[in-house]
Amino acid sequence: MSLRAPAADPAAYTSVCRLDRIPREAGVCALVEGQAVAVFRTYDDEVFALGNYDPFSRASVLARGIVGTRGDVPFVASPMHKQGFDLRTGQCLDDAAVRVPTYAVVVRDGEVLVGPAEVDAGS
Amino acid sequence: MSPHLRRTLVVVGHGMVGHRFVQAAIERGLTETHDVVVVGEEPRPAYDRVALTSFFDVGAEALSFLPTGEYDDPRVRLLLGTTVEVVDPAARTLRLSDGGELAYDELVLATGAAPFVPPVPGHDLPGCLVYRTIEDLEAIREAAAGARAGAVVGGGLLGLEAANALHGLGLETHVVEMAPRLMPVQVDDAGGATLARHVEALGLVLHTGVATRAVVERDGRAAGLDLGEDGGTVEADVVVFSAGIRPRDALARAAGLDVAERGGVLVDEQCRTSDPHVWAVGECAAPGGRMYGLVAPGYAMAEVVVDALLGGPGAFTGADMSTKLKLMGVDVASFGDAFATTDGALEMVLADAVAGVYKKLVVSADGRRLLGGILVGDASAYGVLRPMVSSGIDLPDNPEELILPASRSGGAEVALPDEAQVCSCNDVSKADIVAAAACDGTTRAGATCGSCKPLVKKVVEDYFASQGRTVDRSLCEHFAMTRQELFDAVAVHGHTSFDEVVAAHGTGRGCDVCKPTVASVLASQLGRHVLGEGRAVLQDTNDAYLANIQRNGTYSVVPRVPGGEITPEGLIVIGEVARDFGLYTKITGGQRIDLFGARLEQLPDIWRRLVDAGFESGHAYGKSLRTVKSCVGSTWCRYGVQDSVRMAIDLELRYRGLRSPHKLKGGVSGCARECAEARAKDFGIIATEQGWNLYVGGNGGATPAHARLLAGDLDDETLVRYLDRFLLYYIRTADRLQRTAPWIESLDGGLDRVREVVVDDALGLGSELEAAMARHVAGYRDEWRDTLEDPDKLARFVSFVNAPDAPDPHIGFRAERGQQVPADPAEPAGPVVLGSAIPVGAPR
Repeated sequence: MSLRAPAADPAAYTSVCRLDRIPREAGVCALVEGQAVAVFRTYDDEVFALGNYDPFSRASVLARGIVGTRGDVPFVASPMHKQGFDLRTGQCLDDAAVRVPTYAVVVRDGEVLVGPAEVDAGS
Repeated sequence: MSPHLRRTLVVVGHGMVGHRFVQAAIERGLTETHDVVVVGEEPRPAYDRVALTSFFDVGAEALSFLPTGEYDDPRVRLLLGTTVEVVDPAARTLRLSDGGELAYDELVLATGAAPFVPPVPGHDLPGCLVYRTIEDLEAIREAAAGARAGAVVGGGLLGLEAANALHGLGLETHVVEMAPRLMPVQVDDAGGATLARHVEALGLVLHTGVATRAVVERDGRAAGLDLGEDGGTVEADVVVFSAGIRPRDALARAAGLDVAERGGVLVDEQCRTSDPHVWAVGECAAPGGRMYGLVAPGYAMAEVVVDALLGGPGAFTGADMSTKLKLMGVDVASFGDAFATTDGALEMVLADAVAGVYKKLVVSADGRRLLGGILVGDASAYGVLRPMVSSGIDLPDNPEELILPASRSGGAEVALPDEAQVCSCNDVSKADIVAAAACDGTTRAGATCGSCKPLVKKVVEDYFASQGRTVDRSLCEHFAMTRQELFDAVAVHGHTSFDEVVAAHGTGRGCDVCKPTVASVLASQLGRHVLGEGRAVLQDTNDAYLANIQRNGTYSVVPRVPGGEITPEGLIVIGEVARDFGLYTKITGGQRIDLFGARLEQLPDIWRRLVDAGFESGHAYGKSLRTVKSCVGSTWCRYGVQDSVRMAIDLELRYRGLRSPHKLKGGVSGCARECAEARAKDFGIIATEQGWNLYVGGNGGATPAHARLLAGDLDDETLVRYLDRFLLYYIRTADRLQRTAPWIESLDGGLDRVREVVVDDALGLGSELEAAMARHVAGYRDEWRDTLEDPDKLARFVSFVNAPDAPDPHIGFRAERGQQVPADPAEPAGPVVLGSAIPVGAPR
């Protein structure tokens, strides 16, 4: 389901919920290793995970944003001040200097699993 | 002049021109050096005399230029109901009717004109009236009660307006004009004949080419007009004289100032009288010996005097006497050399007796320039034609296309030169408008008679088009349509979900702009739960969780307190809930109680307690009706004349849950003291002795607006009917996040248009809108009660999907003044956020 391959160690993944617990084009917040992680499901059943913390408002709220598209980019709009974040990369679409962390996520047998934070060395 | 030595400027007269003078004085800084005292004889501040005919429909307040009764500038003092009895130019003093005396450094006479009443026998009998002030109209209304027929002496512009008033009061109405045609100053015989056919079709009886010899007396009252051998006798219980106006120059005459041969205070090009410290403007003035009986030249004179007092070079050198008006539904316009008096002038005439249209262009001998014209029955071309006269631009090759009906012409395009005067009332050129458009500024164009508004709109649109900008009213990248178009599309196709709407009318998967908009439109049309059938994902977070998100990600909770009335038991329940959940409490501006600091997962438990105690959602989170604020009203208040609390509760319960383009607020005051601040609301209701006045389009916030009178003295049932129509008309046609004030402003015709639709039911939509509101009222359910009863909806109210009861560790509180408030958030540990600087969003 995810574009990203799961990390080698399955033990590093936390099962958070069934896929059907996440409405299409919405997010839920999961507690993963003590961190709040926003897990989103798009209309075509792709699943993405971002840090739930909105760096603009400094509140833990991104899972409650509206999910849609900007051009071809699947994105979530912060429920606080509407900044958009690319669900695939965590990149803020309104401010090139801001990015939120992404987490590895897979769906296995209908169960959503969230892995470790991904650190993108390229940026 | 030293700023320490303030000077005194006295303005005599607070009509349209006197008001304009004061406005200009404030705007141009004259009040920095002058204290201004305005002495007005009428009991009320200046009002729109041009629109006087609408008084019977809208009442005095809607016509007022100064509804608050004072200017914002504290250096301007307004003395109403006061006349100036004597001016002493040598001593620079004047004496007031209340015995007071005023000293002035500069004096501006703006005393206007008085109706001319021909001295025929019986002209002063009871039942003989004039048409000039609101008091005159009140007297006409009073006299018309119980009368059968009325007659107007004078078939000019004002005479026809007076006749319209009598006709509107249900009287058989006669118009007597000495000239062979109506409006002899503005139109020619053929135009007058066309106008006469229109007027007669409305049921008025015309008597042209006859003079009034006497007013017939019966029982000491006017009973008709004697029109001599040719005209016979006309029966009339009410006689209105409207046979022209005369400048009110008596004060100036008595003060020894020069007056013109035919009346009017003689002034030079700067509008200065024969005394260097006395000025005269408007209808009482006679620049160069000539009096101008229109408002536009008066405005120009007012500006000239302000300029002169500031040391400027402004001069009044004559005025455009063009006229455009709508009389009893008939367009009449006359501009430039309408009677072809220029040597060699040629006429081009289009007369369509079937359509009741007469149009004449007067062009120069070489056929290249437009000199003037007359339009009767269809004056839509006026906006383009009149500026062509003043700017002197070349006529297009086929000038007849300028007056052909739009359907038969290619729509002749005329490019106006920059200096062309677009608004003659306020002397605004095309260049002024373009300059204002370029910097988001404003002009007064269209603010007086409004006839140039279509042209102003076109100039602005052309400018933006020339800049490669179009006025894009698309909702967002997913919908190339306005909210109103979307609303109609959803209604026509009967869509019930975002997926259907975006598949049929949009692209992509939507965003934070279009999804809540579609959700609001669906809510307005379907009236189903905002969280039902997959609609939760369309809602902004406030609607999505039926609470108001706060800066730390917690929510506030507002139970409905209709009209602000609450029992002690209710207060105790709210207090107990707040105490038990540790919520911060604050009284809102809408007369209810806001409970702050609720975590997402606490919302259902908090609401279970509130619902069990009889509370329901207050919709503080929705683009929907918030509150209807009230004063305590006649139940307790010794001043109250109606039960404002009862009305506020009824209205709040009627419109609760109604989804709208933006939040909606109401207010009800029990008397004119207006303690509920109802005029700061989208709909405000103020009690009168007879019923209720309904005001619309008010709001506080960043762009405050005072609500304006929509209709007066309504009974309960009519009030509710108008409100039903108003609210649904707004909901159906407003833009996203457009409150009622800018929505009204955006309508072609503004508040008048709203009145046409809501009060006159011009679109025939009234019963449909009322039925839609009846469905809303019948279908209302408390959103929170329904949510508590539905496990699927409740499942969303958790902190973490995999740890539903674990509080988010990121949320912290500290104490302030004995209550909990958000602690400064800590950065989350763990994964780094890339980027060196993290801008912080809006501070609150």
